[in-house]
Amino acid sequence: MEKEKNSVWKPFINGLINENPTFVLMLGMCPTLAVTTSAINGLGMGLTTTVVLAMSNIIISALRNVIPDKVRIPAFIVIIASFVTIVGQFLEAYLPALNSALGMFIPLIVVNCIILGRAEAFASKNGVFASLMDGLGMGLGFTAALTLIGAVREILGSFSVFGISFKEQLESIGMVPISIFVMAPGAFFVLAGINALMSVIRDRQLKEKGESKIKAGCDTDCLSCGNDSCIHKFYDEKGGAR
Amino acid sequence: MRSISSTPHIRDKQTTTGIMGAVILALMPATVFGIVNFGFKALLLIIISIASAVFFEWGFEKITKKKSTVKDLSAVLTGLLLALNLPVSVPWWMPIIGSFVAIVVIKMLFGGLGQNFMNPALGARCFLVISFSKLMTDFSYIPGFGGTDAVSGATPLMALKNGEGFDMLSMFIGNEAGTIGETSAMMLLIGGMFLMFAGIITWHLTFSYLLSFVVFITLFSGYGLNMVYIGAQLYGGGLMLGAFFMATDYVTRPVSRKGQLIYGVFLGVMTGIFRLFGPGAEGVSYAIIIGNLIVPLIEKLTVPKHFGYGKEAAK
Repeated sequence: MEKEKNSVWKPFINGLINENPTFVLMLGMCPTLAVTTSAINGLGMGLTTTVVLAMSNIIISALRNVIPDKVRIPAFIVIIASFVTIVGQFLEAYLPALNSALGMFIPLIVVNCIILGRAEAFASKNGVFASLMDGLGMGLGFTAALTLIGAVREILGSFSVFGISFKEQLESIGMVPISIFVMAPGAFFVLAGINALMSVIRDRQLKEKGESKIKAGCDTDCLSCGNDSCIHKFYDEKGGAR
Repeated sequence: MRSISSTPHIRDKQTTTGIMGAVILALMPATVFGIVNFGFKALLLIIISIASAVFFEWGFEKITKKKSTVKDLSAVLTGLLLALNLPVSVPWWMPIIGSFVAIVVIKMLFGGLGQNFMNPALGARCFLVISFSKLMTDFSYIPGFGGTDAVSGATPLMALKNGEGFDMLSMFIGNEAGTIGETSAMMLLIGGMFLMFAGIITWHLTFSYLLSFVVFITLFSGYGLNMVYIGAQLYGGGLMLGAFFMATDYVTRPVSRKGQLIYGVFLGVMTGIFRLFGPGAEGVSYAIIIGNLIVPLIEKLTVPKHFGYGKEAAK
Protein backbone atom coordinates (compact mmCIF):
# COMPACT_ATOMS: atom_id res chain seq x y z
CA MET A 1 0.00 0.00 0.00
CA GLU A 2 2.78 2.41 0.93
CA LYS A 3 4.49 1.99 -2.42
CA GLU A 4 1.27 2.55 -4.30
CA LYS A 5 0.60 5.79 -2.50
CA ASN A 6 3.78 7.45 -3.70
CA SER A 7 3.63 6.07 -7.20
CA VAL A 8 3.14 8.45 -10.11
CA TRP A 9 0.47 6.10 -11.34
CA LYS A 10 -1.74 6.70 -8.35
CA PRO A 11 -3.76 9.63 -9.71
CA PHE A 12 -4.01 7.78 -13.02
CA ILE A 13 -5.38 4.55 -11.54
CA ASN A 14 -7.56 6.60 -9.24
CA GLY A 15 -9.27 8.30 -12.16
CA LEU A 16 -9.55 5.17 -14.22
CA ILE A 17 -11.10 2.90 -11.61
CA ASN A 18 -11.49 3.99 -8.00
CA GLU A 19 -12.97 7.36 -8.77
CA ASN A 20 -14.23 6.71 -12.26
CA PRO A 21 -15.96 9.99 -13.20
CA THR A 22 -19.00 8.33 -14.71
CA PHE A 23 -19.65 5.34 -12.50
CA VAL A 24 -18.36 6.58 -9.15
CA LEU A 25 -18.36 10.38 -9.15
CA MET A 26 -21.44 10.57 -11.39
CA LEU A 27 -20.04 13.61 -13.20
CA GLY A 28 -20.51 14.58 -16.82
CA MET A 29 -23.91 12.93 -17.08
CA CYS A 30 -25.05 15.15 -19.95
CA PRO A 31 -22.58 13.88 -22.58
CA THR A 32 -22.76 10.40 -21.04
CA LEU A 33 -26.48 10.16 -21.71
CA ALA A 34 -26.59 12.13 -24.93
CA VAL A 35 -23.80 10.90 -27.18
CA THR A 36 -23.48 7.22 -26.29
CA THR A 37 -25.82 5.99 -29.01
CA SER A 38 -22.88 4.03 -30.44
CA ALA A 39 -19.50 2.84 -29.23
CA ILE A 40 -17.66 5.02 -31.75
CA ASN A 41 -19.44 8.15 -30.59
CA GLY A 42 -18.68 7.30 -26.96
CA LEU A 43 -15.02 6.69 -27.75
CA GLY A 44 -14.74 9.92 -29.74
CA MET A 45 -16.40 11.98 -27.06
CA GLY A 46 -14.28 10.38 -24.35
CA LEU A 47 -10.98 10.94 -26.14
CA THR A 48 -11.86 14.53 -27.02
CA THR A 49 -12.65 15.19 -23.40
CA THR A 50 -9.44 13.44 -22.32
CA VAL A 51 -7.29 15.72 -24.47
CA VAL A 52 -9.02 18.84 -23.17
CA LEU A 53 -8.88 17.60 -19.60
CA ALA A 54 -5.17 16.72 -19.70
CA MET A 55 -4.16 19.98 -21.37
CA SER A 56 -6.26 22.21 -19.18
CA ASN A 57 -5.06 20.37 -16.07
CA ILE A 58 -1.45 21.06 -17.04
CA ILE A 59 -2.00 24.76 -17.66
CA ILE A 60 -4.18 25.29 -14.59
CA SER A 61 -1.69 23.43 -12.43
CA ALA A 62 1.18 25.50 -13.82
CA LEU A 63 -0.70 28.73 -13.21
CA ARG A 64 -2.11 27.72 -9.83
CA ASN A 65 0.04 30.20 -7.93
CA VAL A 66 -0.64 33.01 -10.37
CA ILE A 67 -4.42 32.84 -10.54
CA PRO A 68 -6.03 34.79 -7.69
CA ASP A 69 -8.50 32.74 -5.67
CA LYS A 70 -11.45 35.06 -6.20
CA VAL A 71 -11.45 34.87 -9.99
CA ARG A 72 -10.30 31.30 -10.37
CA ILE A 73 -13.51 29.97 -11.95
CA PRO A 74 -13.55 32.49 -14.86
CA ALA A 75 -9.84 31.89 -15.32
CA PHE A 76 -10.35 28.11 -15.46
CA ILE A 77 -13.20 28.51 -17.92
CA VAL A 78 -11.10 30.67 -20.23
CA ILE A 79 -8.31 28.09 -20.23
CA ILE A 80 -10.72 25.19 -20.79
CA ALA A 81 -12.61 27.06 -23.52
CA SER A 82 -9.36 27.74 -25.39
CA PHE A 83 -8.54 24.05 -25.51
CA VAL A 84 -12.07 23.09 -26.47
CA THR A 85 -11.90 25.54 -29.36
CA ILE A 86 -8.57 24.09 -30.49
CA VAL A 87 -9.82 20.51 -30.28
CA GLY A 88 -13.10 21.47 -31.96
CA GLN A 89 -11.29 23.05 -34.91
CA PHE A 90 -9.02 20.02 -35.14
CA LEU A 91 -11.97 17.62 -35.23
CA GLU A 92 -13.74 19.71 -37.83
CA ALA A 93 -10.69 19.59 -40.05
CA TYR A 94 -9.61 15.97 -39.69
CA LEU A 95 -12.60 13.98 -38.41
CA PRO A 96 -15.65 15.67 -39.92
CA ALA A 97 -17.82 12.54 -39.55
CA LEU A 98 -17.23 12.33 -35.80
CA ASN A 99 -17.61 16.06 -35.51
CA SER A 100 -21.06 16.02 -37.07
CA ALA A 101 -22.08 12.98 -35.00
CA LEU A 102 -21.16 14.70 -31.74
CA GLY A 103 -22.42 18.06 -32.96
CA MET A 104 -23.30 20.49 -30.22
CA PHE A 105 -21.66 18.40 -27.53
CA ILE A 106 -18.11 19.33 -28.59
CA PRO A 107 -18.43 23.04 -27.68
CA LEU A 108 -20.34 21.94 -24.60
CA ILE A 109 -17.22 20.23 -23.25
CA VAL A 110 -16.41 23.70 -21.88
CA VAL A 111 -19.06 23.25 -19.25
CA ASN A 112 -18.41 19.56 -18.65
CA CYS A 113 -18.30 19.25 -14.89
CA ILE A 114 -15.54 16.64 -14.92
CA ILE A 115 -13.08 19.16 -16.34
CA LEU A 116 -14.01 22.01 -14.05
CA GLY A 117 -14.28 19.56 -11.15
CA ARG A 118 -10.75 18.22 -11.66
CA ALA A 119 -9.39 21.73 -12.14
CA GLU A 120 -10.95 22.77 -8.86
CA ALA A 121 -10.30 19.59 -6.88
CA PHE A 122 -6.94 18.46 -8.19
CA ALA A 123 -5.06 20.65 -10.65
CA SER A 124 -5.27 23.82 -8.59
CA LYS A 125 -3.70 22.04 -5.62
CA ASN A 126 -1.15 19.67 -7.18
CA GLY A 127 1.95 19.74 -9.32
CA VAL A 128 2.02 19.75 -13.11
CA PHE A 129 2.97 16.14 -13.63
CA ALA A 130 0.49 14.75 -11.11
CA SER A 131 -2.21 16.90 -12.71
CA LEU A 132 -1.36 15.52 -16.12
CA MET A 133 -1.66 11.98 -14.80
CA ASP A 134 -4.91 12.84 -13.08
CA GLY A 135 -6.28 14.35 -16.27
CA LEU A 136 -5.28 11.33 -18.31
CA GLY A 137 -6.69 8.89 -15.77
CA MET A 138 -9.97 10.71 -15.38
CA GLY A 139 -10.25 11.23 -19.12
CA LEU A 140 -9.54 7.59 -19.94
CA GLY A 141 -11.91 6.48 -17.21
CA PHE A 142 -14.56 8.65 -18.81
CA THR A 143 -13.65 7.27 -22.24
CA ALA A 144 -13.87 3.67 -21.04
CA ALA A 145 -17.24 4.31 -19.41
CA LEU A 146 -18.67 6.05 -22.47
CA THR A 147 -17.37 3.39 -24.82
CA LEU A 148 -18.83 0.65 -22.64
CA ILE A 149 -22.24 2.32 -22.42
CA GLY A 150 -22.14 3.07 -26.14
CA ALA A 151 -21.21 -0.50 -27.01
CA VAL A 152 -24.00 -2.00 -24.89
CA ARG A 153 -26.56 0.41 -26.32
CA GLU A 154 -25.38 -0.21 -29.86
CA ILE A 155 -25.40 -3.99 -29.50
CA LEU A 156 -28.88 -4.12 -27.98
CA GLY A 157 -30.41 -1.26 -29.91
CA SER A 158 -29.11 -1.65 -33.43
CA PHE A 159 -27.27 -5.01 -33.52
CA SER A 160 -23.85 -3.60 -34.32
CA VAL A 161 -20.72 -2.56 -32.48
CA PHE A 162 -17.99 -0.14 -33.59
CA GLY A 163 -19.85 0.12 -36.87
CA ILE A 164 -19.62 -3.62 -37.56
CA SER A 165 -23.19 -4.68 -38.16
CA PHE A 166 -24.49 -8.17 -37.52
CA LYS A 167 -28.06 -7.10 -37.99
CA GLU A 168 -28.79 -9.23 -41.04
CA GLN A 169 -27.54 -12.46 -39.50
CA LEU A 170 -29.59 -11.93 -36.35
CA GLU A 171 -32.68 -10.78 -38.17
CA SER A 172 -32.57 -13.86 -40.36
CA ILE A 173 -33.04 -15.99 -37.23
CA GLY A 174 -35.96 -13.83 -36.14
CA MET A 175 -34.37 -11.42 -33.70
CA VAL A 176 -35.30 -7.75 -33.71
CA PRO A 177 -33.16 -4.98 -32.17
CA ILE A 178 -34.66 -3.39 -29.06
CA SER A 179 -34.58 0.09 -30.47
CA ILE A 180 -35.45 1.79 -27.17
CA PHE A 181 -31.78 1.33 -26.25
CA VAL A 182 -30.57 3.79 -28.87
CA MET A 183 -33.18 6.31 -27.74
CA ALA A 184 -32.98 8.51 -24.69
CA PRO A 185 -34.54 6.09 -22.16
CA GLY A 186 -32.02 3.41 -23.13
CA ALA A 187 -29.16 5.62 -21.94
CA PHE A 188 -30.67 5.72 -18.47
CA PHE A 189 -31.33 1.96 -18.43
CA VAL A 190 -27.79 1.07 -19.46
CA LEU A 191 -26.10 3.62 -17.18
CA ALA A 192 -28.13 2.43 -14.20
CA GLY A 193 -27.57 -1.22 -15.04
CA ILE A 194 -23.78 -0.93 -15.38
CA ASN A 195 -23.64 1.25 -12.30
CA ALA A 196 -25.54 -1.31 -10.25
CA LEU A 197 -23.27 -4.09 -11.47
CA MET A 198 -20.16 -2.11 -10.52
CA SER A 199 -21.61 -1.43 -7.08
CA VAL A 200 -22.20 -5.12 -6.54
CA ILE A 201 -18.63 -5.95 -7.56
CA ARG A 202 -17.17 -3.19 -5.41
CA ASP A 203 -19.26 -4.23 -2.44
CA ARG A 204 -18.12 -7.81 -2.79
CA GLN A 205 -14.46 -6.82 -3.00
CA LEU A 206 -14.78 -4.71 0.12
CA LYS A 207 -16.57 -7.51 1.90
CA GLU A 208 -13.81 -9.95 1.02
CA LYS A 209 -11.31 -7.58 2.51
CA GLY A 210 -13.60 -7.30 5.52
CA GLU A 211 -13.75 -3.54 5.23
CA SER A 212 -17.37 -2.82 4.49
CA LYS A 213 -19.85 -2.89 7.30
CA ILE A 214 -21.52 0.27 6.11
CA LYS A 215 -24.17 -0.22 3.49
CA ALA A 216 -24.36 2.14 0.55
CA GLY A 217 -26.23 5.30 1.43
CA CYS A 218 -25.84 4.86 5.22
CA ASP A 219 -23.69 6.86 7.58
CA THR A 220 -23.06 4.08 10.07
CA ASP A 221 -23.15 0.32 10.12
CA CYS A 222 -26.39 -1.43 10.90
CA LEU A 223 -25.55 -2.21 14.54
CA SER A 224 -25.36 1.43 15.55
CA CYS A 225 -28.08 2.65 13.19
CA GLY A 226 -31.22 4.04 14.76
CA ASN A 227 -33.40 3.89 11.70
CA ASP A 228 -35.87 1.07 12.28
CA SER A 229 -37.51 1.31 8.90
CA CYS A 230 -34.20 0.97 7.05
CA ILE A 231 -34.42 -1.66 4.33
CA HIS A 232 -30.90 -2.88 5.08
CA LYS A 233 -32.00 -4.01 8.51
CA PHE A 234 -33.71 -6.97 6.96
CA TYR A 235 -30.32 -8.44 6.25
CA ASP A 236 -27.75 -9.86 8.60
CA GLU A 237 -24.04 -9.21 8.36
CA LYS A 238 -23.46 -11.92 5.78
CA GLY A 239 -26.01 -10.43 3.47
CA GLY A 240 -28.55 -13.22 3.84
CA ALA A 241 -32.17 -12.59 4.66
CA ARG A 242 -33.05 -12.70 8.32
CA MET B 1 -42.34 -0.77 7.34
CA ARG B 2 -42.57 -1.73 10.95
CA SER B 3 -43.86 1.58 12.18
CA ILE B 4 -47.56 1.12 12.76
CA SER B 5 -49.68 4.07 13.83
CA SER B 6 -51.38 4.01 17.19
CA THR B 7 -54.77 2.40 17.72
CA PRO B 8 -57.58 2.09 16.71
CA HIS B 9 -56.90 -0.13 13.72
CA ILE B 10 -59.36 -1.44 11.20
CA ARG B 11 -59.30 -5.16 10.60
CA ASP B 12 -60.00 -6.38 7.12
CA LYS B 13 -60.35 -9.84 5.68
CA GLN B 14 -58.94 -8.79 2.30
CA THR B 15 -55.58 -10.30 1.47
CA THR B 16 -53.24 -9.54 -1.41
CA THR B 17 -53.82 -12.99 -2.81
CA GLY B 18 -57.58 -12.56 -2.55
CA ILE B 19 -57.57 -9.23 -4.36
CA MET B 20 -55.25 -10.42 -7.09
CA GLY B 21 -57.34 -13.57 -7.50
CA ALA B 22 -60.53 -11.55 -7.83
CA VAL B 23 -59.00 -9.29 -10.48
CA ILE B 24 -57.74 -12.31 -12.41
CA LEU B 25 -61.21 -13.83 -12.18
CA ALA B 26 -62.74 -10.59 -13.41
CA LEU B 27 -60.39 -10.60 -16.38
CA MET B 28 -61.40 -14.12 -17.35
CA PRO B 29 -64.38 -13.17 -19.59
CA ALA B 30 -62.22 -10.81 -21.63
CA THR B 31 -59.39 -13.35 -21.72
CA VAL B 32 -61.61 -16.14 -22.90
CA PHE B 33 -63.17 -13.86 -25.48
CA GLY B 34 -59.71 -12.83 -26.67
CA ILE B 35 -58.71 -16.47 -27.11
CA VAL B 36 -61.92 -17.24 -29.01
CA ASN B 37 -61.55 -14.15 -31.17
CA PHE B 38 -57.83 -14.43 -31.92
CA GLY B 39 -57.31 -18.17 -31.78
CA PHE B 40 -54.78 -20.54 -30.30
CA LYS B 41 -51.84 -18.14 -30.61
CA ALA B 42 -53.50 -15.79 -28.13
CA LEU B 43 -53.68 -18.57 -25.53
CA LEU B 44 -50.05 -19.37 -26.17
CA LEU B 45 -48.98 -15.76 -25.68
CA ILE B 46 -50.97 -15.52 -22.45
CA ILE B 47 -49.39 -18.69 -21.06
CA ILE B 48 -45.86 -17.59 -22.04
CA SER B 49 -46.45 -14.18 -20.52
CA ILE B 50 -47.76 -15.46 -17.19
CA ALA B 51 -45.14 -18.19 -16.92
CA SER B 52 -42.26 -15.83 -17.63
CA ALA B 53 -43.61 -13.19 -15.22
CA VAL B 54 -43.82 -15.74 -12.41
CA PHE B 55 -40.41 -17.12 -13.33
CA PHE B 56 -38.76 -13.69 -13.24
CA GLU B 57 -40.32 -12.86 -9.88
CA TRP B 58 -39.23 -16.20 -8.42
CA GLY B 59 -35.76 -15.92 -9.95
CA PHE B 60 -35.17 -12.36 -8.79
CA GLU B 61 -36.16 -13.21 -5.25
CA LYS B 62 -34.01 -16.32 -5.35
CA ILE B 63 -30.94 -14.40 -6.51
CA THR B 64 -31.39 -11.54 -4.06
CA LYS B 65 -32.27 -13.97 -1.26
CA LYS B 66 -35.61 -12.41 -0.51
CA LYS B 67 -38.76 -14.07 0.68
CA SER B 68 -40.66 -15.45 -2.27
CA THR B 69 -43.84 -13.56 -3.10
CA VAL B 70 -44.86 -15.69 -6.05
CA LYS B 71 -47.85 -17.07 -4.17
CA ASP B 72 -49.60 -13.69 -3.87
CA LEU B 73 -50.60 -13.99 -7.55
CA SER B 74 -49.45 -10.46 -8.37
CA ALA B 75 -46.95 -11.75 -10.93
CA VAL B 76 -49.67 -13.87 -12.51
CA LEU B 77 -51.87 -10.80 -12.81
CA THR B 78 -49.06 -8.72 -14.28
CA GLY B 79 -48.32 -11.43 -16.82
CA LEU B 80 -51.97 -11.74 -17.75
CA LEU B 81 -52.45 -7.98 -18.12
CA LEU B 82 -49.30 -7.73 -20.21
CA ALA B 83 -50.50 -10.46 -22.57
CA LEU B 84 -53.91 -8.81 -22.88
CA ASN B 85 -52.08 -5.66 -23.98
CA LEU B 86 -50.22 -7.33 -26.85
CA PRO B 87 -51.49 -7.73 -30.39
CA VAL B 88 -51.83 -11.38 -31.33
CA SER B 89 -49.36 -11.08 -34.20
CA VAL B 90 -46.29 -10.52 -32.01
CA PRO B 91 -43.57 -13.18 -31.96
CA TRP B 92 -43.42 -15.56 -28.99
CA TRP B 93 -40.42 -13.91 -27.33
CA MET B 94 -42.18 -10.56 -27.01
CA PRO B 95 -44.07 -11.39 -23.77
CA ILE B 96 -40.83 -12.71 -22.24
CA ILE B 97 -39.03 -9.40 -22.78
CA GLY B 98 -42.13 -7.58 -21.59
CA SER B 99 -42.36 -9.70 -18.43
CA PHE B 100 -38.70 -9.08 -17.69
CA VAL B 101 -39.18 -5.32 -17.94
CA ALA B 102 -42.42 -5.44 -15.94
CA ILE B 103 -41.28 -7.68 -13.12
CA VAL B 104 -37.55 -7.07 -12.78
CA VAL B 105 -37.09 -3.50 -13.95
CA ILE B 106 -40.33 -1.83 -12.97
CA LYS B 107 -41.43 -3.87 -9.97
CA MET B 108 -38.62 -5.71 -8.18
CA LEU B 109 -35.82 -3.16 -8.63
CA PHE B 110 -38.00 -0.59 -6.92
CA GLY B 111 -38.71 -2.91 -4.01
CA GLY B 112 -41.38 -5.36 -5.10
CA LEU B 113 -45.13 -5.26 -4.82
CA GLY B 114 -46.35 -2.08 -3.18
CA GLN B 115 -43.21 -0.11 -4.00
CA ASN B 116 -43.46 0.13 -7.77
CA PHE B 117 -44.17 3.66 -8.94
CA MET B 118 -45.68 2.56 -12.22
CA ASN B 119 -48.07 -0.12 -13.34
CA PRO B 120 -45.67 -2.93 -14.35
CA ALA B 121 -47.78 -4.33 -17.18
CA LEU B 122 -48.38 -0.92 -18.73
CA GLY B 123 -44.80 0.19 -18.28
CA ALA B 124 -43.69 -2.95 -20.07
CA ARG B 125 -46.24 -2.38 -22.81
CA CYS B 126 -44.91 1.12 -23.41
CA PHE B 127 -41.36 -0.24 -23.40
CA LEU B 128 -42.36 -2.74 -26.09
CA VAL B 129 -44.30 -0.19 -28.14
CA ILE B 130 -41.32 2.16 -28.21
CA SER B 131 -38.82 -0.64 -28.87
CA PHE B 132 -40.73 -2.64 -31.45
CA SER B 133 -43.15 -0.09 -32.82
CA LYS B 134 -43.67 -1.97 -36.06
CA LEU B 135 -44.44 -5.34 -34.47
CA MET B 136 -46.54 -3.87 -31.68
CA THR B 137 -48.88 -2.00 -34.02
CA ASP B 138 -49.42 -4.86 -36.42
CA PHE B 139 -52.98 -5.83 -35.65
CA SER B 140 -53.58 -8.25 -38.53
CA TYR B 141 -54.89 -11.59 -37.32
CA ILE B 142 -56.63 -14.79 -38.36
CA PRO B 143 -60.01 -14.91 -36.66
CA GLY B 144 -60.49 -17.50 -33.97
CA PHE B 145 -61.40 -21.09 -34.46
CA GLY B 146 -63.86 -20.37 -37.27
CA GLY B 147 -62.54 -18.46 -40.25
CA THR B 148 -59.37 -18.90 -42.22
CA ASP B 149 -59.02 -15.52 -43.90
CA ALA B 150 -56.55 -13.17 -42.32
CA VAL B 151 -57.98 -9.82 -41.30
CA SER B 152 -55.65 -6.99 -42.10
CA GLY B 153 -55.69 -4.91 -39.18
CA ALA B 154 -56.82 -1.38 -38.76
CA THR B 155 -58.26 -1.23 -35.28
CA PRO B 156 -61.62 0.52 -34.93
CA LEU B 157 -59.82 3.44 -33.33
CA MET B 158 -57.48 3.83 -36.28
CA ALA B 159 -60.48 3.70 -38.61
CA LEU B 160 -62.18 6.29 -36.44
CA LYS B 161 -59.16 8.56 -36.51
CA ASN B 162 -58.93 8.29 -40.29
CA GLY B 163 -62.62 9.07 -40.58
CA GLU B 164 -63.58 5.64 -41.89
CA GLY B 165 -66.67 3.72 -40.95
CA PHE B 166 -66.98 1.29 -38.06
CA ASP B 167 -69.47 -1.22 -36.77
CA MET B 168 -70.68 -0.20 -33.34
CA LEU B 169 -72.16 -3.56 -32.37
CA SER B 170 -69.06 -5.58 -33.21
CA MET B 171 -66.98 -3.00 -31.38
CA PHE B 172 -69.08 -3.54 -28.27
CA ILE B 173 -68.99 -7.31 -28.54
CA GLY B 174 -65.40 -7.27 -29.60
CA ASN B 175 -64.77 -9.25 -32.78
CA GLU B 176 -62.48 -6.54 -34.08
CA ALA B 177 -58.77 -6.03 -34.49
CA GLY B 178 -56.84 -4.89 -31.45
CA THR B 179 -54.77 -6.26 -28.61
CA ILE B 180 -55.80 -9.61 -27.18
CA GLY B 181 -57.76 -8.32 -24.21
CA GLU B 182 -59.00 -4.90 -25.23
CA THR B 183 -61.46 -5.59 -28.01
CA SER B 184 -64.51 -6.70 -26.10
CA ALA B 185 -66.02 -3.81 -24.20
CA MET B 186 -68.86 -6.07 -23.14
CA MET B 187 -66.66 -8.68 -21.46
CA LEU B 188 -64.55 -6.02 -19.79
CA LEU B 189 -67.68 -4.34 -18.47
CA ILE B 190 -68.87 -7.65 -17.03
CA GLY B 191 -65.52 -8.10 -15.31
CA GLY B 192 -65.44 -4.51 -14.13
CA MET B 193 -68.94 -4.75 -12.68
CA PHE B 194 -67.93 -7.91 -10.86
CA LEU B 195 -64.97 -6.08 -9.31
CA MET B 196 -67.19 -3.23 -8.18
CA PHE B 197 -69.78 -5.50 -6.62
CA ALA B 198 -67.08 -7.55 -4.96
CA GLY B 199 -65.78 -4.33 -3.44
CA ILE B 200 -62.33 -4.63 -5.00
CA ILE B 201 -62.62 -1.30 -6.79
CA THR B 202 -64.93 1.64 -6.16
CA TRP B 203 -66.71 3.68 -8.76
CA HIS B 204 -64.81 6.91 -8.08
CA LEU B 205 -61.74 6.40 -10.21
CA THR B 206 -63.30 4.54 -13.13
CA PHE B 207 -66.32 6.82 -13.28
CA SER B 208 -64.38 10.08 -13.16
CA TYR B 209 -61.97 8.70 -15.77
CA LEU B 210 -64.70 7.75 -18.23
CA LEU B 211 -66.81 10.86 -17.57
CA SER B 212 -63.95 13.32 -17.98
CA PHE B 213 -62.90 11.49 -21.13
CA VAL B 214 -66.40 11.80 -22.57
CA VAL B 215 -66.53 15.49 -21.68
CA PHE B 216 -63.15 16.09 -23.26
CA ILE B 217 -64.10 14.21 -26.44
CA THR B 218 -67.38 16.13 -26.66
CA LEU B 219 -65.62 19.45 -26.34
CA PHE B 220 -62.64 18.93 -28.59
CA SER B 221 -63.33 16.18 -31.14
CA GLY B 222 -65.30 18.44 -33.47
CA TYR B 223 -68.19 15.98 -33.55
CA GLY B 224 -69.94 17.62 -30.60
CA LEU B 225 -72.40 15.55 -28.64
CA ASN B 226 -72.49 12.75 -31.20
CA MET B 227 -73.43 9.63 -29.22
CA VAL B 228 -72.20 7.23 -31.89
CA TYR B 229 -68.78 8.84 -32.03
CA ILE B 230 -68.50 9.03 -28.27
CA GLY B 231 -69.60 5.41 -27.94
CA ALA B 232 -67.00 4.33 -30.45
CA GLN B 233 -64.31 6.19 -28.54
CA LEU B 234 -65.43 4.54 -25.31
CA TYR B 235 -65.61 0.97 -26.63
CA GLY B 236 -62.62 1.25 -28.92
CA GLY B 237 -59.04 0.66 -27.89
CA GLY B 238 -57.87 0.00 -24.38
CA LEU B 239 -60.07 2.47 -22.56
CA MET B 240 -62.30 -0.08 -20.81
CA LEU B 241 -59.36 -2.31 -19.94
CA GLY B 242 -57.47 0.72 -18.68
CA ALA B 243 -60.28 2.30 -16.73
CA PHE B 244 -61.41 -0.86 -14.93
CA PHE B 245 -58.25 -2.90 -14.56
CA MET B 246 -55.13 -0.79 -15.11
CA ALA B 247 -55.79 2.58 -13.55
CA THR B 248 -57.35 0.94 -10.50
CA ASP B 249 -54.17 -0.97 -9.62
CA TYR B 250 -53.91 -0.57 -5.83
CA VAL B 251 -50.24 0.27 -5.81
CA THR B 252 -50.21 3.02 -8.40
CA ARG B 253 -53.46 4.86 -7.75
CA PRO B 254 -54.09 7.51 -5.08
CA VAL B 255 -55.28 6.19 -1.73
CA SER B 256 -58.06 8.62 -0.87
CA ARG B 257 -61.40 8.83 -2.69
CA LYS B 258 -60.86 12.49 -3.44
CA GLY B 259 -57.46 11.72 -4.86
CA GLN B 260 -58.94 9.02 -7.05
CA LEU B 261 -61.48 11.47 -8.48
CA ILE B 262 -58.71 13.93 -9.37
CA TYR B 263 -56.60 11.11 -10.78
CA GLY B 264 -59.51 9.91 -12.92
CA VAL B 265 -60.06 13.37 -14.38
CA PHE B 266 -56.36 13.70 -15.15
CA LEU B 267 -56.37 10.32 -16.91
CA GLY B 268 -59.49 11.19 -18.90
CA VAL B 269 -58.03 14.45 -20.14
CA MET B 270 -54.65 12.89 -20.94
CA THR B 271 -56.27 10.02 -22.84
CA GLY B 272 -58.35 12.52 -24.79
CA ILE B 273 -55.30 14.59 -25.65
CA PHE B 274 -53.36 11.53 -26.80
CA ARG B 275 -56.23 10.19 -28.87
CA LEU B 276 -57.32 13.44 -30.52
CA PHE B 277 -54.07 15.35 -30.88
CA GLY B 278 -51.40 12.65 -30.67
CA PRO B 279 -49.85 10.96 -33.69
CA GLY B 280 -51.30 7.54 -32.84
CA ALA B 281 -54.87 6.41 -32.43
CA GLU B 282 -54.39 5.08 -28.91
CA GLY B 283 -53.25 6.79 -25.74
CA VAL B 284 -54.63 4.95 -22.74
CA SER B 285 -51.39 3.29 -21.73
CA TYR B 286 -49.33 6.46 -21.98
CA ALA B 287 -52.01 8.40 -20.12
CA ILE B 288 -52.02 5.92 -17.25
CA ILE B 289 -48.27 5.70 -16.81
CA ILE B 290 -47.98 9.49 -16.86
CA GLY B 291 -50.83 9.52 -14.35
CA ASN B 292 -48.86 7.06 -12.20
CA LEU B 293 -46.03 9.57 -12.05
CA ILE B 294 -48.20 12.37 -10.68
CA VAL B 295 -49.89 10.16 -8.08
CA PRO B 296 -47.46 11.24 -5.31
CA LEU B 297 -48.42 14.87 -5.98
CA ILE B 298 -52.12 14.05 -5.82
CA GLU B 299 -51.56 12.21 -2.55
CA LYS B 300 -49.86 15.29 -1.13
CA LEU B 301 -52.79 17.48 -2.09
CA THR B 302 -55.41 15.15 -0.67
CA VAL B 303 -54.04 14.14 2.70
CA PRO B 304 -57.17 13.36 4.71
CA LYS B 305 -57.86 15.31 7.87
CA HIS B 306 -57.51 13.50 11.16
CA PHE B 307 -60.79 12.50 12.69
CA GLY B 308 -61.97 15.23 15.06
CA TYR B 309 -59.83 17.97 13.59
CA GLY B 310 -61.71 21.02 12.36
CA LYS B 311 -60.79 23.33 9.54
CA GLU B 312 -58.65 25.44 11.83
CA ALA B 313 -56.64 22.59 13.24
CA ALA B 314 -55.84 21.24 9.81
CA LYS B 315 -53.63 24.23 9.22
